[in-house]
Amino acid sequence: MSLQLSSRQVAERTQAVVEDLAQLEGPLLPILHEVQKEFGCVPDEALRTIAEALNLSRAEVHGVASFYHDFRKEPAGRHVLKICRAEACQSMGGDGLADGVRAALGIDWHETTPDGRVTLEPVYCLGLCSCAPAAMLDGELHGRLDETAMRELVKETGR
Amino acid sequence: MTLIKETDYGTPASTSDKTVTLTIDGFEVTVPEGTSVMRASMETGIQIPKLCATDMVDAFGSCRLCLVEIEGRRGTPASCTTPVEPGMVVRTQTGRLKQLRRGVMELYISDHPLDCLTCAANGDCELQDMAGVVGLRDVRYGHDGDNHVKARDGLGEVNARWMPKDESNPYFTYDPSKCIVCSRCVRACEEVQGTFALTIEGRGFDSRVSPGMHEDFLSSECVSCGACVQACPTATLQEKSVIEIGQPEHSVVTTCAYCGVGCSFKAEMRGDELVRMVPYKDGKANRGHSCVKGRFAYGYAAHKDRILSPMIRDKITDPWREVSWEEALGFAATKLRAIQYELGKDAIGVITSSRCTNEETYLVQKLARAVFGNNNTDTCARVCHSPTGYGLGQTFGTSAGTQDFDSVQHADVVMVIGANPTDGHPVFASRLKKRLRQGAKLIVVDPRRIDLVRTPHVQAAHHLALRPGTNVAVVTALAHVIVTEGLFDESFIRERCDWDEFQDYAEFVSDAKHSPEAVEALTGVPAQELRAAARLYARGGNGAIYYGLGVTEHSQGSTTVIGIANLAMLTGNIGRPGVGVNPLRGQNNVQGSCDMGSFPHELPGYRHVNGQEVRDIFEKLWGVEISDEPGLRIPNMLDAAVDGTFKGLYCQGEDILQSDPDTRHVSAGLAAMDCVIVHDLFLNETANYAHVFLPGSTFLEKDGTFTNAERRINRVRKVMAPRNGYADWEVTQMLANAMGADWSYTHPSQIMDEIAATTPSFANVSYEMLEKKGSVQWPCNDKTPDGSPIMHVDGFVRGRGRFIRTDYVATDEKTGPRFPLLLTTGRILSQYNVGAQTRRTANVVWHAEDVLEIHPHDAETRGVKDGDWVKLASRSGETALRAQITDRVSPGVVYTTFHHPTTQANVITTDYSDWATNCPEYKVTAVQVMPSNGPTDWQEKYEEFSTLSRRIEAAE
Repeated sequence: MSLQLSSRQVAERTQAVVEDLAQLEGPLLPILHEVQKEFGCVPDEALRTIAEALNLSRAEVHGVASFYHDFRKEPAGRHVLKICRAEACQSMGGDGLADGVRAALGIDWHETTPDGRVTLEPVYCLGLCSCAPAAMLDGELHGRLDETAMRELVKETGR
Repeated sequence: MTLIKETDYGTPASTSDKTVTLTIDGFEVTVPEGTSVMRASMETGIQIPKLCATDMVDAFGSCRLCLVEIEGRRGTPASCTTPVEPGMVVRTQTGRLKQLRRGVMELYISDHPLDCLTCAANGDCELQDMAGVVGLRDVRYGHDGDNHVKARDGLGEVNARWMPKDESNPYFTYDPSKCIVCSRCVRACEEVQGTFALTIEGRGFDSRVSPGMHEDFLSSECVSCGACVQACPTATLQEKSVIEIGQPEHSVVTTCAYCGVGCSFKAEMRGDELVRMVPYKDGKANRGHSCVKGRFAYGYAAHKDRILSPMIRDKITDPWREVSWEEALGFAATKLRAIQYELGKDAIGVITSSRCTNEETYLVQKLARAVFGNNNTDTCARVCHSPTGYGLGQTFGTSAGTQDFDSVQHADVVMVIGANPTDGHPVFASRLKKRLRQGAKLIVVDPRRIDLVRTPHVQAAHHLALRPGTNVAVVTALAHVIVTEGLFDESFIRERCDWDEFQDYAEFVSDAKHSPEAVEALTGVPAQELRAAARLYARGGNGAIYYGLGVTEHSQGSTTVIGIANLAMLTGNIGRPGVGVNPLRGQNNVQGSCDMGSFPHELPGYRHVNGQEVRDIFEKLWGVEISDEPGLRIPNMLDAAVDGTFKGLYCQGEDILQSDPDTRHVSAGLAAMDCVIVHDLFLNETANYAHVFLPGSTFLEKDGTFTNAERRINRVRKVMAPRNGYADWEVTQMLANAMGADWSYTHPSQIMDEIAATTPSFANVSYEMLEKKGSVQWPCNDKTPDGSPIMHVDGFVRGRGRFIRTDYVATDEKTGPRFPLLLTTGRILSQYNVGAQTRRTANVVWHAEDVLEIHPHDAETRGVKDGDWVKLASRSGETALRAQITDRVSPGVVYTTFHHPTTQANVITTDYSDWATNCPEYKVTAVQVMPSNGPTDWQEKYEEFSTLSRRIEAAE
């Protein structure tokens, strides 16, 4: 898909998503998920279209979408690496591991490498405290990480 | 005088009949079931600390300050979200609670600026109050951590969490650094106003109030009603006037001078400077809510255009000359008497104002009847709701709406015909939308897709987008469905209405030529849609009809009003809460000006001048003989002026040149007169043709009463001295006395006493009573001493409800090859009527000029693009304005507003009018639209003329 979509294209494709799902009870979240799948993010134009179609205000839709960090404003890289920064992982050296990753990739939290390979996100608990420090790559959990394991993970994003 | 502080009970009142008794801090208290512990506590006089709760919105339970302990319950529940239970034992102040509250406040204050002394909310800040209440002495977390307060941290680094102040709205500011994220503004916007323009964006420490999608207030969906500003406990949302002036020190309850809703406000003052208007929760029309006009658009009162000295001139081509009151009144009186001497006593007349008080209107018509010696009095209601007076008078027996505004809370089906409440009557619209969100159904009958048809959380069940001018056909077709499908309420009709007349009417509407199918081609309304709407209205529970000028301002305005009354009688929707027929009055005192005998054929209380017994009452009191011949209506006055038989006019607070139809005819009439006296705040358009200008006073500068659309008589109270020297009633009195009368009123209350003494429906009204009750709905006499919130409860005022046939007669104003489009006119939220007031406020940021709404299809065939100048021409005249392309209007229909004199939409409108009352047919004009490159010659010439006419000679 081309990276630059006109706002009209976004509106049309969003409209199609809404039409598919509008009959659900509480359709807003399923629609946002589908939109994110469609565009890799939830563009502002899509929010406008959703608000209009569901007879909600722009503010309401924006309020819901902005509540969830996983609904992105911009598309992420090809891979998304989430590293846990919550208490259990911190106590097991998670911060140090994370610093290593940031240095290796040359990016900070919430950033994507210039080649679009990977996006780095902090996460506050993956529910994997017993296997701290933990991380998640493209939705797959990884526990008991150390420097080597983490390096492997980062390497995987290169493939 | 002190600042009126209304008690905030924290959560809304419960309406339950059952009561619950509980104990709070050892005091027993009995409250309605469903009341929150917080409210129950406040009722006993114990105020539980709170931040996110306020009684205008539902409880939310987010601030954790209102915690209490309840015997037998674990933990410390929030008192705002905990309903009372029988026998509950509540403690609001314990060691544990104190510690918890202090801890909560510490967290709040650790992320709040400590600039209290220089903060605009100083003295009116609930956060400050609560810090005091919980005994905050220290903030253990310090102020150096993550925060939203500082633009830069200690090292000069930019703080990404800080957001600058949003000053885009002309009336209030949004300072995110002071926000405590209590959500009161968001909830007020949703629950009270119903616009849903605000949200909390983000989560956790990132949470922020966001207008629209992180927009500024002005570009968001915000309609600037100010409910959020009123709800905000801090200086986050703050009136700019308070920032500029400081906190008010006293307040006076008064009534808004804009639309017919008649909202009650506290005018909050510092000395004689108005600091802000805050809607009054005890106001029964508005219940603590307001719109952008009432709350904010009062700046015109101090506008530099306001004229404060009387002025005269011999010819309208002369410049104005400022003179003393004495000279101006003497000049006017001499001229008027000279005209009467030359042409007879009927050669002069008055026009009363629907914007002035009842007392002032009463005096102006008295001036005509007692001093001029004729019945030449008319009012601007002529051009708006005169058909309501006629239609409802004929069918029900009173010229007024049947309900109070609270009634809408009980409606199940609401039919809005030819009205645009979100723009014209915004506070009523908010109350209506609230009911619609609770599940009531909505039917909109309007050529244009008004906001109510589809707006967040509100969707009309049916929108009958009829062709302008076919109201009667649609209303009769609705009745056809109700009668032929047997949906009428026979027992109601038998009991309350005249059965023979019903049978005659039933026979009439049952005729197949009135069926939805038969009229579809004419009205453009799909028959199935119309049938479904009729069934819904007839069988959907409590059915209420609200209508506006889209009904009355037609050649068959009165017929449509009668048709609407028929619908209500057919379905038994009269005489109880939640139903009724409700005209939405345009101006603040249209109802009152009609009540006060402004019409040429009616003395106060709608009693015809040919009734000897009625004339007797006034003749005895005034010591004059009253003519039994009805006088001239406004259009007749103008016709007579052109004929040379009518030469003098006293026009109070109305701009007939801009507001009345067929501007050229109006200007010809005015130009033919010898003495036009304009009594107004500004040199309005009519004043261009005036010989005497008497400066008027604003509603802030006088005492009196306004009567709103629900017949509610509300007090207007003087909060500052008239800048022009005299209240309007004093000026009228001085004019009367200059003409030889001997009036000696010293206070408007004496005028009200005279009204009460002469008019049965006002018999028990007095200022003393209004002081005690706040307001009262007429009729208010010995039969209904407390007034009448709902009329026709046990039967119609006229005895039996009367069905009248409603034959559709097409207007003579027809489209044709030269004028293929239909123009209909209306108004917009931020502007009011001819705009004399609102154009002189910051409201112009929302609507700086009138635009022409045109359907994309019609625009395309004419080569018109959005924002282009177009010429709008009718058989009467032409003007030019910018086009706005929208599918709100149907193909074949164009729409504009009439707020700006530079556009002069009424140059276009014709002098066709209602058959019964002469109410002009503003809503239908055949027009053509063509591209243009700017204002027309007429507009340029008129501009030149008015500049010339407004010259004021320099004082010597």
